[in-house]
Amino acid sequence: MLALKLAYRNLMGAKLRTWLNMIVLSFAFLVIIWNKGILNGWDQEARRDTIEWEIGGGQYWHENYDPYDAFTIEESHGKISDATQNAITQGDLTPILISQATIYPEGRIQTVSLRGIDPEQKLLLMPTVNLESDMEEIPAMIGHRSARNYKLNIGDFVTVRWRDINGTFDAKEIQIVHIFKTNVSTLDNGVVWIPIDRLQDMMQMENEATILVTSQESGSIGSINGYEFKDHYFLLTEIREMIEMKSVGGSIMFIILMSLSMLAIFDTQVLSIFRRQKEIGTHIALGMTQRQVVALFTIEGAMHSILAAILAAVYGAPLLYIQAVNGWKMPSGTDDFGMTIAEIIYPAYSVGLVVGTTLLVLITTTIVSYIPSRRISKMKPTDAIRGKIQ
Amino acid sequence: MNNHALITTDNLIKKFPVGKGWFTALNKINLTINEGEFCGLVGPSGSGKTTLLNIIGSLDIPTEGDAHVLGQSISGLTIKKAAALRNHHLGFIFQTYNLLPVYTVYENVELPLLLLKMSANERKKAVLQSLEWVGLLDKIKSRPAQLSGGECQRVSIARAMVKQPKLVLADEPTANLDAKNSHNILKTMEKLNSELKTTFLFATHDEKVIQYLQRKISLDDGRVVSDESTSSH
Repeated sequence: MLALKLAYRNLMGAKLRTWLNMIVLSFAFLVIIWNKGILNGWDQEARRDTIEWEIGGGQYWHENYDPYDAFTIEESHGKISDATQNAITQGDLTPILISQATIYPEGRIQTVSLRGIDPEQKLLLMPTVNLESDMEEIPAMIGHRSARNYKLNIGDFVTVRWRDINGTFDAKEIQIVHIFKTNVSTLDNGVVWIPIDRLQDMMQMENEATILVTSQESGSIGSINGYEFKDHYFLLTEIREMIEMKSVGGSIMFIILMSLSMLAIFDTQVLSIFRRQKEIGTHIALGMTQRQVVALFTIEGAMHSILAAILAAVYGAPLLYIQAVNGWKMPSGTDDFGMTIAEIIYPAYSVGLVVGTTLLVLITTTIVSYIPSRRISKMKPTDAIRGKIQ
Repeated sequence: MNNHALITTDNLIKKFPVGKGWFTALNKINLTINEGEFCGLVGPSGSGKTTLLNIIGSLDIPTEGDAHVLGQSISGLTIKKAAALRNHHLGFIFQTYNLLPVYTVYENVELPLLLLKMSANERKKAVLQSLEWVGLLDKIKSRPAQLSGGECQRVSIARAMVKQPKLVLADEPTANLDAKNSHNILKTMEKLNSELKTTFLFATHDEKVIQYLQRKISLDDGRVVSDESTSSH
């Protein structure tokens, strides 16, 4: 307690030197929290969007299905059993059938993933209700990225060509009935959505599906013959790995900032011990042991981080709050990067993030302050009193 | 040991390593200083005054022999016990004042009491009393850089006296002061000695100080060459 009081007094007395260290350190605090907050916000939004739009409570994949191997698509479909159909009827599952096709927008050949989905499904946020239609042409919806790339608008007709289960090529006109906007680019880029019953007819895959999406409430409903359940951990691997990769980048910035701050504090401590030898000797003459003086100087250095945290809270909290409310608008074109990212990222700051960052900075500062302070224990008090350089 | 003896030294020897050999700074010092004395170690530079003062102040230890201060053997003190002795019973006045530059006058004087863990009220009372003794009540918010040399040394005296120690050790307290300030300082210390019965031990070669001493212990080459009591100034 005494050391804290004296350390505070010393720091307040040092004025400009203390302020400079505090400002640098508080800036490091803010950037670390902001950076982590942005990544957390992105992570949370990406996970939420992916769950709500694409994966629900998890997916059952046909045992042959491998999204990274186009050659598996032809074999990745299986019959929907009666039990599975019951689960679909009850709203616990919704089937998706996937096949490959070619479309010819403005005469150009474009390979697409043709996906059939139940227009009445409610498990996903996909606006499939737009596919409900009695028209002779096949109603189709695409994402805004595909619409931009293929130069397609609502009402446009485009020829689609596919190969059915027997390997026979066929072609038909589809009409774009809806263009949707989603942050989940895997539902958009190169994907054309049509009603599942129409795709089953086209492919001659009556009552078959490639993927069965579960509801968020039910999750896995047990084993389904011919299908393997993929949980959130598996299905969100890409997002997790991407965020981890970004975190590494953030950590490098964090290390640079921390190094600069710690260098400032280390220099201050070294200079203090060099310049304040008389003071050290006086403390000893007044009745402190060398260990107590080492503790005093260490606490003094470490206290920079506490004061910096307070300073960061004073000017940083409003800034972080404003950003949390207004978010950070991503530059145009970001949604073409092929990863799930919102137009506006809202940083997510948690108590754990703030406390964790504060503790990390406090511990690092304490260590950096202690290293030069150890010299005091080797000083001869009689020389220190005279300010004799040791 | 005499009941009234505050300090005794017994064949005290202090040697410092110099190159491959040793330099004897104090050579078989035998002294007794009683409570309430106003005495000084006098002699030229290098005679061992400050070395003896440092040992008595438990800032250093003898090479051979021993010193007893308030009944405690300096050679046998642990670092903690030596610190406790200084904390509770000793006051120091230095040639260069050794005030903490970032502290105000009040905070400088308060520091020894903080180490004694006194309550805030007791501290305030003692600090103001001490500053009143040295006539600096009007400077309590000033920092050392805003004070003259004489004022700084008076703050240093107030800091040494604030806990009303048994013994005050003053190492060349007037070396950086002019004649007028020196006399003021010495009169203040003389007054505190007579009113509070605090023992003062000086290390000095300043004639201005010497004329105030009631007892003059002369050192030369690390030996006591004379020990004479004089009439009060």
